[in-house]
Amino acid sequence: MFDALQPSDTARQMRGVAATFAASNGRHANGQGQRRVKRDNGGKWVALLDSVAKRRDADAFAELFDHFAPRVKAFLMKSGADAALAEECAQDVMVTVWRKAPQFDATRASVATWIFTIARNRRIDMLRRDRRPEPEELTWGPEAEPDQLDSIVLQQESARLVAAMAELPEKQRIMIERAYFGELSHSEIAEQTGLPLGTIKSRIRLALERLRHSLS
Amino acid sequence: MTTMIRHHLSDQLLMGYSAGTLPEAFNLVVATHISMCDECRARLASFDAVGGALIEAPEMAGTMGSGALAATLARIKSADESTPVMPERKAAKPVLPQPLQGYVGGDVDKVAWRNVGGGVRQAVLPTSSHASARLLFIPAGAAVPDHGHRGTELTLVLQGAFSDEEDRFGPGDIEIADEDLHHQPVAEAGADCICLAATDAPLKFRGLLPRLAQPFLQI
Repeated sequence: MFDALQPSDTARQMRGVAATFAASNGRHANGQGQRRVKRDNGGKWVALLDSVAKRRDADAFAELFDHFAPRVKAFLMKSGADAALAEECAQDVMVTVWRKAPQFDATRASVATWIFTIARNRRIDMLRRDRRPEPEELTWGPEAEPDQLDSIVLQQESARLVAAMAELPEKQRIMIERAYFGELSHSEIAEQTGLPLGTIKSRIRLALERLRHSLS
Repeated sequence: MTTMIRHHLSDQLLMGYSAGTLPEAFNLVVATHISMCDECRARLASFDAVGGALIEAPEMAGTMGSGALAATLARIKSADESTPVMPERKAAKPVLPQPLQGYVGGDVDKVAWRNVGGGVRQAVLPTSSHASARLLFIPAGAAVPDHGHRGTELTLVLQGAFSDEEDRFGPGDIEIADEDLHHQPVAEAGADCICLAATDAPLKFRGLLPRLAQPFLQI
């Protein structure tokens, strides 16, 4: 069901619209009859973060803060922090968002996903959990830019994942939440999650191929 | 180079790494494999997207304390705006991917090997005690003593190849072994094999000699 939307169709439709995130976003989401995405703000967040990265735009940052800081705080509290610690660490996370904004790559993550990874790393420090070395970085050099269509499609797929997760059977959703809030050890995580990740993975795989090509 | 990889990470390991709940030694193996494998890099990104979707769930909305934004902006202003340093791309391809180099202090020439018999060498890496990680050097054609597992053992090939009862494992391939597997990895003729191995429980050796040596080898 979730995979029924062909990325190539999406891509064809997208070529017809102005490729600006903020403008194309809502229009496109409403155009998909299959599954109404209630809140597809992915493109808006990308535009705001881009403004933080390029213009050090404090107003754009304030908008991101209002939306994401409370969510990061909630994530940290669900992971075992008390309110005061979670509040302080959520601020840390947002400081990192400001600093690392130029490294964000919209062809590989939504802003929510990127902020999740920063919050997860902060949680590991906060709870003194096992160190988590990162893979080798793979970043766009100054000579090449990520494909804007890749980012638009990835943002839409991310929004669809939010909707799809809301529709998972409760038992599965709770298992996934427990895994991500740090309540399950790796051997307790089920191999079958019922998560529709195939489309997102394929899109990112394509973006990585383009990146590799630009590096060679 | 990444297209040759046939044995990949499990969803279980990827989700655990994305959630940040694996033991350090397993995190190191996952990070090293992903450095070599774009397929698993994309799969990890899709598991990270699950974390992003959880952050976006309606019940996560809320408020920060009053003045939180002002406090954060003040901290941003006071911090120095040093530009992040992009990692250098080296011309020559190292044997050890970056995450591993952080533990070794350089490439394969910096590894402090110890002989463990039969030409096999190992170097235990400093990780938390929840699981252990070590580099293994198996001379071409040589075998690692046959052993079983109590927990999970991950073996990632960095150079050369080995075969065991299951399959052949080449550069970038990872073997995920649990209690059911009793195996004897043999390095392929032609090239010495270097692996990164991690386990969350001591291995079970069949032979008496390796069993006696086990406490000293820290495996």
